[in-house]
Amino acid sequence: MPRNITDIVRAGLKKRYRAEARFRLYGITAILAALVLLFTLFVTIVSQGASAFVATELTLSVPVTAAVVDPEGTRAEATLSGANYRKLVLDALDAQFPDVQDRIERRKLHAIVSDGATYDLREKVMANPALIGTTVTLTTPVASDFDMLAKGQVDVSQPESLRRLNDRQIGWFNTLKERGLVSFGLDRNLFVNADSRQPELAGIFGALMGSLYTLLVTLALSFPMGVAAAVYLEEYAPRNRLTDIIEVNINNLAAVPSIVFGLLGLAIFLGFFGLPRSAPLVGGLVLSLMTLPTIIIAARVALQSVPPSIREAALGIGASKMQTVLHHVLPLALPGIMTGTIIGMARALGETAPLLMIGMVAFIADTPEGILSPSTVLPVQIYIWADSPERAFLERMSAAIIILLTFLVIMNTAAVWLRRKFERKW
Amino acid sequence: MIDQSFHYEGVTGHPRLPGRDIKFSINDVNVYYGPKHALKNVGLDIASREVTAFIGPSGCGKSTFLRSLNRMNDLIDGCRVEGQVLIEGEDIYAPEVDVVELRARVGMVFQKPNPFPKSIYENVAYGPRIHGIARSRDELDGIVQSSLERAGLWKEVRDRLDAPGTGLSGGQQQRLCIARAIAVSPEVILMDEPCSALDPIATAKVEELIDELSGNYTIIIVTHSMQQAARVSQRTAFFHLGYLIECEQTDVIFMNPQHPLTQGYITGRFG
Amino acid sequence: MTDRHTVRSYDEDLKGLTATILEMGALAESQFARAAKAMATRDTALAREVIEGDARVDALERDVNERSIRLLALRQPMADDLRYIISGFKISADLERIGDYAANLGKRVLVLDRLPETPLVRELEPMADMALVMLRDTLQAYRDRDIDRAMDAWNQDEPLDDLYDVVVKKMSGVMMEDPSLIGACAHLMFIARNIERIGDHATNIAENIYFFISGLPLRMVHPKPAPTTVETDTPDGPETE
Repeated sequence: MPRNITDIVRAGLKKRYRAEARFRLYGITAILAALVLLFTLFVTIVSQGASAFVATELTLSVPVTAAVVDPEGTRAEATLSGANYRKLVLDALDAQFPDVQDRIERRKLHAIVSDGATYDLREKVMANPALIGTTVTLTTPVASDFDMLAKGQVDVSQPESLRRLNDRQIGWFNTLKERGLVSFGLDRNLFVNADSRQPELAGIFGALMGSLYTLLVTLALSFPMGVAAAVYLEEYAPRNRLTDIIEVNINNLAAVPSIVFGLLGLAIFLGFFGLPRSAPLVGGLVLSLMTLPTIIIAARVALQSVPPSIREAALGIGASKMQTVLHHVLPLALPGIMTGTIIGMARALGETAPLLMIGMVAFIADTPEGILSPSTVLPVQIYIWADSPERAFLERMSAAIIILLTFLVIMNTAAVWLRRKFERKW
Repeated sequence: MIDQSFHYEGVTGHPRLPGRDIKFSINDVNVYYGPKHALKNVGLDIASREVTAFIGPSGCGKSTFLRSLNRMNDLIDGCRVEGQVLIEGEDIYAPEVDVVELRARVGMVFQKPNPFPKSIYENVAYGPRIHGIARSRDELDGIVQSSLERAGLWKEVRDRLDAPGTGLSGGQQQRLCIARAIAVSPEVILMDEPCSALDPIATAKVEELIDELSGNYTIIIVTHSMQQAARVSQRTAFFHLGYLIECEQTDVIFMNPQHPLTQGYITGRFG
Repeated sequence: MTDRHTVRSYDEDLKGLTATILEMGALAESQFARAAKAMATRDTALAREVIEGDARVDALERDVNERSIRLLALRQPMADDLRYIISGFKISADLERIGDYAANLGKRVLVLDRLPETPLVRELEPMADMALVMLRDTLQAYRDRDIDRAMDAWNQDEPLDDLYDVVVKKMSGVMMEDPSLIGACAHLMFIARNIERIGDHATNIAENIYFFISGLPLRMVHPKPAPTTVETDTPDGPETE
């Protein structure tokens, strides 16, 4: 006797539901694993880098004696700029420890103060020459070794010979602390300075500007070129062997390892055209090559997703091909193109390898002033700092990573937001 | 009994309309999509200021033929048109003919309502604007209003001309598309299954509109609904497998078709 | 290309309509044949049967009407289907009238039975035979969709009319010669007219058959005036007793 269909179905139901539950579980597990990894990454970076945003500062009362700064009283800029402010700062520090007379000992004491203190004092005096003859209260970052000490990153229990700081130095620093002269503040240098040999003075601003110029060049080149190429391929080019080859090669180009683009840039832009090394212009050119296929592909997808009915509608009332594209197709595809462009830009922002090849890895202590000034970019700065021996540079590196990630997240969020906002249903 | 044996070779007649005001005169048109021969030796006359309906099963070539009348086939890769399509004696496939000008003369309404994702006003104003028809803003306003009025949509949208055209109902969207087409004052309006996405009420409104417009425009409509062809058209052409089988007055086609294939198709005794 | 509709139930509906019309035709034909026989043999029982049988013809006509209207509403027929259904609708009306005339003939047989027998009845028999052949041919043409047979039947209407004219003249002469026969002759003349009208309805049916097969009205093919009758056409007239 044939069994009832309902019974057969019912008998298999449990098995099907179990399989379904398992299937869902796999997905949830995968997402959880990804979340855990991401979380770990963030926790690690933030715990290492967060302290870099805080600087240990020393507050000194520095008498700005006219004899040192401007003995002739001319207030001339050259005189003010060339004055020995270091002596003033060190004198103020010495005043805190009158008993330290030995020259070698003194030098060890002077190591507490960073070079930054000198620059800070000069800046203050030059901004306001009326300060000459008065006593200035100067709050300035301490040298990076003492910064590490203050943040508890130095293992005091180690034998003295294995430490960069000896017991005396630690003692002096603790004395200063007891006198209430040591405080913590926001690390200004991190945001306004370019790279420096002294970790406490090194900042990411130079690299940030370098990245900005590089990306501007990349955007200015790859966006119009990418859109133009995509519009031609989608709207004008006939489907034949040639366009097939072009299409395949664009896809291949998108898959080429980025270091190869760096070599290309080195050979062509530096070698052949003789453009300056380390310049954002060359970096932008190289990154344009790399981003172009991404933008072309994204733009073509966006153009394809514009329904043909819109093109037909425009052509059907006698719009020319160009009017159809400019008035209707491109505006509708633009959100998609922009999303692709932002994602391409985010990738360019995080790119290191090709830039190493064109010399953007050099030590550059000045903030770049244009697309031809030597500069470096954020990810390369991270790479440089990661390579440095000082513990304090590693802290800077983590901070730079946080900043870089923040920019990437902002850009990707903007891409998602754009897509959501302009998403259309036809 | 009617002889049901049929040879396509026999279908070479080109229905002519002597003594009538002819808009299109088509001679031996063949259309190829790559290797596919989509239209075979089609020839007929299409009269001015009346509605001609093209009917036939899917893939019979009726849409292809419609699109060869304003060269929309040009957009399709590998599409080749041979033969003559004369609009008032002028061959639209002649090299000196400008497609843009042709499409301004021969407007088109599509199967799916496809208003631009812009305001109702902009939808209608677009055509006159790109062709530079209106000299002033007032004139443009006038064209928009009269087009919407002729499309029977003015009363429904006069208060929201700035609202997006895509926000209208399906039937209103299709009438907006018709308004957009007539805004450039074409001589001919081609309609490719204009009601296939609409409900019966919206369909009736569009059909009423077609009827109204037929006094001023030559309208050619492709439809899958034989009843619709019967309701709106004065002449009906039946296509099958790329051949024009029969073209006659609509009442003759639906009451007493001469060709067994036509008979089979319209009575539902097909294949 | 097939003879069958894609929707098979449509064919079933059309077959049902055809069968009902054929049944109605067969019944009308038999009513007429039996009425003629009752007349010839003065068989009052048979005449009564015919009179009672008319209700069945009327019922079949209603059936045909319902089927036709249903088909028109639900199938939206086109071309030959449309013509076939419209023709069937009209043919059933003709058949219903033929049934009425047959019943009327039956009634007059009952009246004649009360009157003295007259040999003049024999004059009507060739007419009845002729009309019956015509009706049979028409119905066969309908069943077989035979346009030639329909034409044949249609062409028989003229001789029938001629015969009717002869009968009328003869009756008029008899009535003038022998006024005592006026009552019987009046009835016989009405019977003759009924038979002639049956012939006209058969002609109508033939025309409808021609139309649904060819798509053209028969009158357009043969441009000649419609078959003439002597009296003005008042279908209810003959039924007055």
